[in-house]
Amino acid sequence: MIQVSHLRKTFRVARRGAGFSQAVKALFHREYEEIHALDDLSFTIRDGEMVGYIGPNGAGKSSTIKVLSGILTPDSGQCLVNGRTPWKDRVAHVKEIGVVFGQRTQLWWDVPVADSFELLKEIYTVPEKTYRENLEELTQLLDLGDLLRTPARQLSLGQRMRCEIAASLLHSPKILFLDEPTIGLDAVSKLAVRDFILRLNRERGTTVLLTTHDMQDIEALASRVLLIGRGKILLDGTLEDIRRGGESIDETVAQLYRQYDI
Amino acid sequence: MKLYGKYLSIHIRSMMQYKASFFLTALGQFLTSFNVFLGVFFLFQRFHSVAGFSYQEVLLCFGIMLLEFSLAEAFARGFDTFPTMLANGEFDRILVRPRNEIFQVLASKVEFTRLGRVLQAVVMFVYGIAASHIQWDFYKILTVVFMLLGGSLVFTGIFLIYAAISFFTLEGLEFMNVLTDGAREYGKYPVSVYGKRVLQFCTFVVPYALIQYYPLLYLLGRSENPLYIVLPLIAGVFLLPCWLLWRLGVRHYKSTGS
Amino acid sequence: MGKYLAFFRLRFSMGLQYRAAAVAGIVTQFFWGAMELLAFRAFYDADPAAFPMAFQATASYVWMQQAFLALFGAWFFENEIFQSIRDGSVAYELCRPTDLYAMWFARSAANRVSRAVLRCVPILLVAAFLPAPYGMTLPASPAALLWWLVTMALAVTVTVGYNMLVYFITFFTVSPNGVRIVAVSLVELLQGAIIPLPFFPDGLRQVLELLPFAAMQNVPLRAWSGDLAGGALYAAAGLQVFWALVLVGGGWLLSQKAVKKTVVQGG
Repeated sequence: MIQVSHLRKTFRVARRGAGFSQAVKALFHREYEEIHALDDLSFTIRDGEMVGYIGPNGAGKSSTIKVLSGILTPDSGQCLVNGRTPWKDRVAHVKEIGVVFGQRTQLWWDVPVADSFELLKEIYTVPEKTYRENLEELTQLLDLGDLLRTPARQLSLGQRMRCEIAASLLHSPKILFLDEPTIGLDAVSKLAVRDFILRLNRERGTTVLLTTHDMQDIEALASRVLLIGRGKILLDGTLEDIRRGGESIDETVAQLYRQYDI
Repeated sequence: MKLYGKYLSIHIRSMMQYKASFFLTALGQFLTSFNVFLGVFFLFQRFHSVAGFSYQEVLLCFGIMLLEFSLAEAFARGFDTFPTMLANGEFDRILVRPRNEIFQVLASKVEFTRLGRVLQAVVMFVYGIAASHIQWDFYKILTVVFMLLGGSLVFTGIFLIYAAISFFTLEGLEFMNVLTDGAREYGKYPVSVYGKRVLQFCTFVVPYALIQYYPLLYLLGRSENPLYIVLPLIAGVFLLPCWLLWRLGVRHYKSTGS
Repeated sequence: MGKYLAFFRLRFSMGLQYRAAAVAGIVTQFFWGAMELLAFRAFYDADPAAFPMAFQATASYVWMQQAFLALFGAWFFENEIFQSIRDGSVAYELCRPTDLYAMWFARSAANRVSRAVLRCVPILLVAAFLPAPYGMTLPASPAALLWWLVTMALAVTVTVGYNMLVYFITFFTVSPNGVRIVAVSLVELLQGAIIPLPFFPDGLRQVLELLPFAAMQNVPLRAWSGDLAGGALYAAAGLQVFWALVLVGGGWLLSQKAVKKTVVQGG
């Protein structure tokens, strides 16, 4: 269960124009701009739900994920993930979550993937038996097989993403945060990843929060969609709610962005 | 501890993938400090002592300091490359794992190429010991052990400060070179060579003199003060403020996320 | 010429953007210079007769060395160039309507000069106000200033020429890293970055002064204080011209071969 209420977070960013004279000016005086990354954000996600979290770049998606995974402390507001406040009880909290950052790797570049997995087993102190069972299941579902003996640097993007996802699930987390898990993947890999996430949610009851720009991901996976813009939840509902007639999902979302002017 | 062993084994196996590059980098490390040694060597062709220390004594001092530094550098390398870890999001990954942050930072980067420097340090150290006519006894051996231990801790502390500052700003970190590379480079001479004020600074502000000058005096028999034996360990207290600064840095990071 | 100037401006304004970095760099170099001088002072006190330069001249040498670190620093290679040679993207550079050697030369020189210009003024200013004999003095004479300017330009040419030679050698080696490491540590010692050349033992010193490395910072930094003057200075400047011609000429010839090799083998 994830409960988020009235979260606020403001950043200060330096601003500078282009060009030589601006560079000299900035040497002596800097202007700052306040960005409200999270502006009174509230939502609730129940156990076993699969939620798509969408919004344009800079809307506050990754700030939300960072708060939920305990990396970022908000200015005000409350957040409970399985009854814990993420930024207060980091170690206990992160044992129960898995995080996949689509654009970054957690695998060791030069050693076989299996070695990275072994290390994760120690980091999360996963019992031997649980580890064996999880590994076996993940290997089968994600078709890892030979990949486990290959160094990460030799894997294709799609193969690596499958390994990344497996790496985040070795400690059987109850909640999985996926940050753009299908970015840059080819069609076959995308389908494999989506298929796996669906099964994970159905069979293990893992709660999944998914951010993505790929609306087909949302279409295939999420029964519920949260639309965030300028730090607020603008829309919370099912895909059917936001869809009108026969237009494509991309058109629907683009129209939503325009409608809310974000 | 078992986990650290796992990390080490991964580091070793990663390194074996690039044997040539490993040896070259180690060679580079060796050559850099070998050049500094040559500088000292050539200077002593011309001068016979500096601030009352002979060539052999300077080499002993240089060897110990370099050893302290390169040990710290090999195992606290994670702090040294910490700005990169922040920039590429590796630290976020560390924060979503149920282990101590410092432990993970240290374990995720170990730099065996520093062995090139260790080798150089050991050679000078051995030569310095053989040539400086020290009357060895239990306390003097203990002093050397404490120097290596305390010295590595102090340098680790400085790397920790470096990492902590990079939470707040990535600019201006170059200044820390004075305290890291600078200390390694200028630690080749006993601190007193640089005059009284530098000695005071290195006694009370950043405790370099506690891991180098004072225990060296005891080693060389210039002083009988038994306090000098344990001074390097006392210098380890320096880690405390460094750690507090790091805590502050982590808190800052969590509140800005960058 | 215009495009090289444009490159210089770009580097310069990039440098300005990182003001804290610039300040930190200046303070750092100032500390290094101070420690260096204090150590030399201790040696001077130990045996003034054995000191091969006037202490004041040594002080000027050390401060200028710190101020112009970016001009003569041995490790100051551009990773992007090594990278483009290794992964073959240098082929794109060959599509541009300029001579590869000239372009990289201009780029390296601009890189060094723009950094040095930003950093040298504050260091030299502060050093100028330090009490004698620790501070920086004015040039020994108007003639010394003139010679300083000339030999400075020659020294930068020789340094960049040496860099270029190393870049182009890596076209032909399996291990660019190895070449680089050896090249860096050679220059560092032999150009007088660790200790000024006069501090080397006699005999060895006379040999070193003939090498191209001595044509780098050694000549201008000593010409300033008059430590190098008269016949010795003319000879040193002559050697600088000689080495500049050899290094640039040799580098250019090598670049022609390298380009041919790249075109034939496809990088």
